[in-house]
Amino acid sequence: MRPDDLLHPTPAGLYCPPGDFYIDPVRAVPRALITHGHGDHARAGHGAVLATRRTLDIMALRYGAEFAGRAEAAEGVVQFGEVSVAFHPAGHILGSAQIAVEQGGLRIVAAGDYKRGTDPTAEPFVPVAADVFITEATFGLPVFRHPDPKEEIQKLLTSLRQFPERAHLVGVYALGKAQRVLRLLRDAGYGETIYLHGALERLCRYYEDEGVALGPLAPATVERGQKGTFAGQIILGPPSAFAAKWAQRFPEPLIAFASGWMTIRARTRQRGVELPLVISDHADWDELTATIEEVDPAEVWVTHGREEALVRWCTLNGRAARPLNLVGYEDEAE
Amino acid sequence: MKTYATLLERLVLSPQRTAKLRLIEDYLRAAPDPDRGWAVAALTGGVSFPAVKPAMLRALVAERVDEVLFALSYDYVGDLAETISLIWEGRGGNEVPSLLDVVATLSNASRSDAPARVAALLDAMGPSERYALLKLATGGMRVGVSARLAKQALAGFGAVDVTEIEELWHGLTPPFEDLFAWLEGRGDKPVHAQRSPFRPVMLATALEERDLEGLNPSDYLAEWKWDGIRVQATAEAGTRRLYSRTGDDIGQAFPDLLEAMTFEGSLDGELLVMRDGEIGTFGDLQQRLGRKTVSPKTRAAYPAYLRVYDLLQDGATDLRRLPFEERRARLEIFAGDLDPARFDVSPTVPFDTWEEIATHRAAPPHPVIEGVMLKRRDSLYVPGRPKGPWFKWKRDPYLVDAVLMYAQRGHGKRSSYYSDYTFGVWTEEHELVPVGKAYFGFTDEELRHIDKFVRDHTVDRYGPVRAVRAGADFGLVLEIAFEGLNRSSRHKSGIAMRFPRISRLRWDKPAAEADRIETLEAMLPPR
Repeated sequence: MRPDDLLHPTPAGLYCPPGDFYIDPVRAVPRALITHGHGDHARAGHGAVLATRRTLDIMALRYGAEFAGRAEAAEGVVQFGEVSVAFHPAGHILGSAQIAVEQGGLRIVAAGDYKRGTDPTAEPFVPVAADVFITEATFGLPVFRHPDPKEEIQKLLTSLRQFPERAHLVGVYALGKAQRVLRLLRDAGYGETIYLHGALERLCRYYEDEGVALGPLAPATVERGQKGTFAGQIILGPPSAFAAKWAQRFPEPLIAFASGWMTIRARTRQRGVELPLVISDHADWDELTATIEEVDPAEVWVTHGREEALVRWCTLNGRAARPLNLVGYEDEAE
Repeated sequence: MKTYATLLERLVLSPQRTAKLRLIEDYLRAAPDPDRGWAVAALTGGVSFPAVKPAMLRALVAERVDEVLFALSYDYVGDLAETISLIWEGRGGNEVPSLLDVVATLSNASRSDAPARVAALLDAMGPSERYALLKLATGGMRVGVSARLAKQALAGFGAVDVTEIEELWHGLTPPFEDLFAWLEGRGDKPVHAQRSPFRPVMLATALEERDLEGLNPSDYLAEWKWDGIRVQATAEAGTRRLYSRTGDDIGQAFPDLLEAMTFEGSLDGELLVMRDGEIGTFGDLQQRLGRKTVSPKTRAAYPAYLRVYDLLQDGATDLRRLPFEERRARLEIFAGDLDPARFDVSPTVPFDTWEEIATHRAAPPHPVIEGVMLKRRDSLYVPGRPKGPWFKWKRDPYLVDAVLMYAQRGHGKRSSYYSDYTFGVWTEEHELVPVGKAYFGFTDEELRHIDKFVRDHTVDRYGPVRAVRAGADFGLVLEIAFEGLNRSSRHKSGIAMRFPRISRLRWDKPAAEADRIETLEAMLPPR
């Protein structure tokens, strides 16, 4: 059997004809396998969903308990006719998984979004041998080499010391990045209360319930005339909130943003970010290429991101590769 | 190099002047000699490596990186130095070269060995230091730090007045170890060894009319305040320098004036353009400012001219401790030997009463006059801005009623407020055309009101910019104060406003009654 017969792109997403299911479909389908809880991968309204227990929890938190007709937690090997399916940790965010799809001795691993660096808020990536490895390429250019996140967090702590009169507003995506930044701060010895925008609260509570300790947190609400309270404090929120009236409650805000895109100065400037923190949930160039070497598949399929460069690298290194041209996934949502 | 690179990263993205100052001062406290001295030199444009060229860097990276991958990356990043700094393999070792190492390695590099030296440095560094190195080497550093700001930071670091730094500046050479020793209280103030040094400038305070009540008109001399730039022209023992009022040497851009500085002494005056006996506008002068070299054509079209206010040094004699009236008398004699095609003395304006000088101020005899100066006859020439001896009394600004068209979010403490406003006036076709942008002149309370107005009446968004509802039947009228108009081919309206700011919010005024473009066109200087 050819790999394309087992899994191939369709407008609704990556489809498996013999098993009759989709992986991370971008529109409602009868059966969906979901790699992780970010909105562009996990959508509501499917007939049946198979995902890790944590991904299902996260979808229920975001979309309500009725997010799909039926939800099933993936454990061990699941059979769909001749096709067997298994979920393996991807290291991207809590609950994130790679999906291995196998039939008649041919195995395709769809890695979803993944990273290889240390992160106590996500289950670490496990390399799985594959005939075809489907890799993301969000940071698939050799200019993306994420620095040590511990050093990035030190930049924030240094700035707090240098500008104690300013409220430090850190832009983070509500799922994954927020909790990772909190954990990094705690591991760096920062014990103060950290203030949260309302959009982050539920997911932070969920991470805590799952055993990821985040330290003292409080809502970033302010009583009239109490503006000074936030001087020299850390406030986490979605970046879109920083342009809104919500941010006017803080004294002399200093805008930081935790994202892999902060490597590129033009992006930083464009967003009006004063303190870029290069902290990413995605593999950087070195992690992408090292993972391909490690998994050592017969063929690499490259999806969402900068496919062209990663395919070029594979070609230069004597590996068969092609872009998958899936649509509907965001670069790296904020 | 690591701390310097970190400093640069922060400076590039910190819009606030006070934040920049704090970052530099903290750096000066943390970094050792001689690195911090070289850092100051680099920030003030005092370091260059002529052997390192962008083409050479491209060739270097081509040896190491696949051309397709490089092209894709460069296309994405958009900046050569940044692309190379990121794509270069290797994250640096434990021994990152110091700024001194970089300067020592590159300043005496030849064209042939420069590539190998640069490559070795890049290998030993991380991306952030590589970026700092490449920007330093290619001279493309745009971190928003003027020489003035760096001097201000040095003054803050050593708790001395900035004029002391300015006075010393041109006699100092990197890495400034004697300066740091003095600023840290470990050594004596460096002695000025330079010929034709900068003499810190005396500035005037703005006059408020109630200031006049306690003052006697006969104690003061009046002169016109010309609308050029204040400079100091110093020629001593064969060294000729033209300084800005903050002590930057701007002589390169004005060789025609330097050639005519055949005197021995130091003059304080206004730099202007003088064509066929007519003073040019500030727009004319801008054709000459900020240039590294100046073409013969530009020299001929915009000849430089100095209208002299004061004489600070006459041959071997320092006149700054003499009363203004005496300096002025010596200036009249001194000026007799100056080339009349390049110099004249700014005339005094006779007056007996404050009412009389107020009349002159309101109706100056020349468009390139922006008000009057009042100087005490007995005033010594002291650096800085003492209140009392010298007053500037600008004529009232021009006013125009314009309609708010676009608003952009500010930076720092204004990052969640729409605080930068583009405003327009009516054309003949009854459409609004933008004529300027203003971001100050209002109170915090007014800012909150405008911010609410912008959010409530947004009709379109472009990134951080919002288009605001503005038409004949609806819109917010802003009374804009400004200092003058220039012609501009870069603006759709053909007009560039000088120093626009919001003087009043006209919530009461219907948008249709805002001013028309003809009103502004009539104020433009003749072609």
